[in-house]
Amino acid sequence: MTDLFSKFDALIQQRETLLSTGQRDPFSLVMEEVKSPTVAVVNGKETILLGTYNYMGMTFDPDVIAAGKKALDDFGTGTTGSRVLNGTYQGHRECEDALKEFYGFDHAMVFSTGYQANLGIISTIAGKDDYVLLDIDSHASIYDGCAMGNAQIVPFRHNDIEALEKRLKRLPEDAGKLVILEGVYSMLGDVAPLKEMVRISKEAGAMVLVDEAHSMGFIGEHGRGVAEEQGVMDDVDFIIGTFSKSVGTVGGFCVSNHPKFEVMRLVCRPYVFTASLPPSVVATAATSIRKLMHGSEKRAHLWENSRKLHAGLKALGFTIGTDEPQSAIIAVIMPDLEGGAKMWESLLNEGLYVNLARPPATPANMTLLRCSLCAEHTSEQVDEILGMFERAGKATGII
Amino acid sequence: MTDHASDPLFAEIKEEIEPFNAKGVEVTRETSFQKDLEWDSLTVMDFVAAIEDRFDIIITMNMQAEIETVGQLVDAVTKLRG
Repeated sequence: MTDLFSKFDALIQQRETLLSTGQRDPFSLVMEEVKSPTVAVVNGKETILLGTYNYMGMTFDPDVIAAGKKALDDFGTGTTGSRVLNGTYQGHRECEDALKEFYGFDHAMVFSTGYQANLGIISTIAGKDDYVLLDIDSHASIYDGCAMGNAQIVPFRHNDIEALEKRLKRLPEDAGKLVILEGVYSMLGDVAPLKEMVRISKEAGAMVLVDEAHSMGFIGEHGRGVAEEQGVMDDVDFIIGTFSKSVGTVGGFCVSNHPKFEVMRLVCRPYVFTASLPPSVVATAATSIRKLMHGSEKRAHLWENSRKLHAGLKALGFTIGTDEPQSAIIAVIMPDLEGGAKMWESLLNEGLYVNLARPPATPANMTLLRCSLCAEHTSEQVDEILGMFERAGKATGII
Repeated sequence: MTDHASDPLFAEIKEEIEPFNAKGVEVTRETSFQKDLEWDSLTVMDFVAAIEDRFDIIITMNMQAEIETVGQLVDAVTKLRG
């Protein structure tokens, strides 16, 4: 008998080798208590959280929590059904209304996760003879959406305007084309040149989908994302986003001005064949989204945090993924997985949690310590974080 | 196989392979990108981009899935160039 698991042997071996050195497993951490958007208890120790996607710190917002509790009382724990059957409650509608208002778009569709939003929209709108052009550093949910559909898939070099333009020109003029971009790429925290890329895509007759998962609530005057910041909202056909980052709960969505967009509710399988979000989740999401519309002070403070951490880490001698801070993600490049894991553990012992990111999730086989800031991090916490990085960096020989 | 050294397209593709041929593998039509050259997915993407730009074609990921050897790539490029 062939063991179907034998294909994972190399990965199992790599993990065992790493853990046999006494290294703590970076991928099985448990938060025993969560005290605030920025502090949790890990191994009995109070730990600053610098590796969550809680950019706007909405998870403990009193209005958001109250809305969730009320929905639990009024509508129960779950819908036990699909959005298209018994799973659309008043709260789902209100959540979609909040999204339409937040983005100023005509249509909004809420999915059970952000992953499913990409999976569903991409696999459904791009058919067999259509072409999907995507940045090679796209998130797994985008690749999986491509794999689930049967369109022709054309990747192009990360953030390379010319590479996209050349490929658009090589495609048959009358073929259906979808260009998929992300506002912020989550591994290095770098921003896409949407202004140019959206323009050349439209000129080539392509529709444009932008995943704004890591920019919603934070980037752009109203927190609508990088498309807003770069002034191309009107030319974007679909914006995909998630509730599991700035919004502070779980769920995904797509907003669009396409006049036929509502048909998606009938044909999009990851929307139809799964249970809808629980009432408490959509209630917290709707409340949070409405509060994010007025979050300009929080946005300004988050930018301050990002600039301060970026400059501080650079001054300490760390190598950062971007020359300038472009988002709330600051990626510190590690020499290798072993060094990265050591540094990660050393930071945890200091009382700081960051994300350890490694191939294949990372570009160019890099190992990264990914720091994601929160609007609720105080300036003093950022100072504390820098002190921890300095001690851990020296102890491990990274700096 | 045929005398591939005399095939100008094979020679051009071989030239594009060289910068990515870290192990110095001798390249023939039978050389496998994965088994012999041991390229990971990132290397494959960079290499495909180089081939696409050199020949002004598009090799979709769908097509890439069918291409395992250098010879298969030569045939695919021949077809794509029309």
